[in-house]
Amino acid sequence: MSAAPATEVKPAPPAIEKIKVKVDGREVEVPKLTPDWQGKLAPTTMLQACDIAKKDVPHYCYHPKLPVSGNCRMCLVEFGTPALGPDRKPVMNPDGTPKIAKSPRPAIGCATPISPGMEIYTSTPGVKQMREGVLESLLINHPLDCPICDQAGECKLQEYSVDYGQSASRFVEAKVHKPKAVDLGPRIMLDAERCILCTRCIRFTKDVAGDDALGIVNRGSYNTISTFPGLPFDNNYTLNTVDICPVGALTSKDFRFQMRVWFLKETKSVCTSCATGCNVLISSREEKVYRYTPRDNDAVNASWMCDAGRLNYKWIQREDRLKAVLVRGQKSTWTNALSEIAGKLKQAQVGSVAIIASARQSNEELWLLAKLKATFGAISDSIERTGDADKLLVSADKNPNTNGARLTGICFSEMGINLPKIADGIAKGKIKALIVFGEEVTKHGISAELLGKLDTLIVSDILPNATTAKAHYVLPGCAHAEKRGSFTNMKGRVQKFMQAVQPPGEARAEWDFLHDLVYNVTSKNGFLTIEGLFNEMAKDVPAFNGLTWAGLGDAGVTVKI
Amino acid sequence: MIIKRKPLNLAERLYLPAIIGGFKVTLRHLLKKKVTMQYPEEKWVVPEGYRGAPYLVKDQEGNTKCVSCQLCEFVCPPKAIKITPPGPAGQLADRANAEKMPKEFEINMLRCIFCGFCQEVCPEEAIFLQKDYSLTGTSRAEMIYNKEKLLALGGVHAGVQKWKHKADEAKEQESFPVKA
Repeated sequence: MSAAPATEVKPAPPAIEKIKVKVDGREVEVPKLTPDWQGKLAPTTMLQACDIAKKDVPHYCYHPKLPVSGNCRMCLVEFGTPALGPDRKPVMNPDGTPKIAKSPRPAIGCATPISPGMEIYTSTPGVKQMREGVLESLLINHPLDCPICDQAGECKLQEYSVDYGQSASRFVEAKVHKPKAVDLGPRIMLDAERCILCTRCIRFTKDVAGDDALGIVNRGSYNTISTFPGLPFDNNYTLNTVDICPVGALTSKDFRFQMRVWFLKETKSVCTSCATGCNVLISSREEKVYRYTPRDNDAVNASWMCDAGRLNYKWIQREDRLKAVLVRGQKSTWTNALSEIAGKLKQAQVGSVAIIASARQSNEELWLLAKLKATFGAISDSIERTGDADKLLVSADKNPNTNGARLTGICFSEMGINLPKIADGIAKGKIKALIVFGEEVTKHGISAELLGKLDTLIVSDILPNATTAKAHYVLPGCAHAEKRGSFTNMKGRVQKFMQAVQPPGEARAEWDFLHDLVYNVTSKNGFLTIEGLFNEMAKDVPAFNGLTWAGLGDAGVTVKI
Repeated sequence: MIIKRKPLNLAERLYLPAIIGGFKVTLRHLLKKKVTMQYPEEKWVVPEGYRGAPYLVKDQEGNTKCVSCQLCEFVCPPKAIKITPPGPAGQLADRANAEKMPKEFEINMLRCIFCGFCQEVCPEEAIFLQKDYSLTGTSRAEMIYNKEKLLALGGVHAGVQKWKHKADEAKEQESFPVKA
């Protein structure tokens, strides 16, 4: 990621013709064409029209981001089209309205395109009966082991059973027992009994992830999802199949038997494992993070996220997190440490301060550090992290906020260019004070010996390392799940993240104490809230001009980078 | 409002009839069967259906019935129940096909209001309000009953054994999908 990627400029899409249909007697205008799972325009289906009319049509196999397969039959609805006479002219009722010829057979909503004047009926006794029939059929061999099923609470089969199920089964035969707790791959466990064979997982892994790994084997009641014998289901997107599985057939080994989902608080956040910035929901309970799940955002990650990013949360709860403010190895308080630091920095000569910030920090924090930089005429940089990219979501840039660091002026388009200069400055004794945020600089050319030469080494980090061991001032910081803020992703999308859990011990959000420090040093007052701070930053940083915290919304805003 | 007092009649002015009347009541109760129980020397017979302390039960084969579905924890109005699920690498369940059982199950008896919701919601018939009504301890910590204690106090409840039934049914179909 040496050159900044340009924002995509899309031509305005051509206007799509609208047609009128009636859903349960209410007329709605729907576009004739709707983007399908790949974003290509395709004829609007009855299910999409019902969605626009805010009429819920139950479904299992249909997923807006997957090709339509139409096998679950749950979305069956009745419909009618305007009747045509022998002269191919619409037949009119005596009152002047077009006569509707009701289709003698129902049709699946997910795969039947709409036509002008069509009437869709979603709540007739016939439709209700069909749903009850489908559900009864799905439950013939379902084990009903909800008490031990991880999906319980977010299970479509449970939800629709409440709506359309019967209290007792009419079947007296023994249920077909299929394999349980089948090890499908390193992160996935399959319970074949619970599977309703909607094939969402098969379509996802074949068409979206591009790894044709799953299929159905055996016949009739013995239908089972399976991988090719001996080949584990192992790509970087396997855990998405757990999300889209409408029942508890595919479960995550990581989340297996960890917590019941109804206890989990979901917080809107952003994944920090690479520069893509997939939107996530952090599920937590009692200050413990249990899982990440992707949050829909068509501008960034659609409905997916990679397994590596999803499982990269355990460090938040590590026992050895930095929890105390340390001044030269002794426990201290925030007030003492910050006023001492401010005193030292105020005496510093121009050019004797260097700042190494992390591109894992939020825009606001980097901007506050840039303010410090401007005050002392400091030299600053950040540290590049690169890795493998793929075609779907994973970016080669492993920093979540590289563009934020660039736009706020912490580093140049080529990251890490100033590091040798800083090392040189320390070696020559020109740089006396070094401020390090969230980076282990001894691994990036500034050795522990060099750090020993400094008069003042201020380090803020989350986990202990060789740099924090050398620091004169250790300021414990927060993981992104423990604070609020915003990141700018590789396409320049500014997205905010919310606080899910409380930070451990005395740890404080970096923007919170940086705010105190900056205004101690510059003796100007500023905003004490993240909203105010973001808005102030948006006025100050040209690229962010016009943005407001509230205006970012849940999906973020793309800026020019 | 002013209430007019009636002047006392002769019998009332004499006092004695009222005192004798009082003694009559005392005498009647003196000769009746006693209703006061000499608690704690004398113990009360707890009736069936009494809602005492909730304990965990085992099935007739000594298996822990609870599968840690955490519905009781969810429904508990005073939040007295705390369950730690086994997690992916937890201890195997007593009944293999039940897949899980709680790693830890705690009921804070100081918080419990003996409402019986946990018993009502339990899909496994694993928790019952039993006949213990006098719970004492010398510290708060002592009043938080853990899984071991709850199982020891709960005893056995012979039920339908649905997991055993399921396992037997599956065993009969072992040739699935085809014999190897």
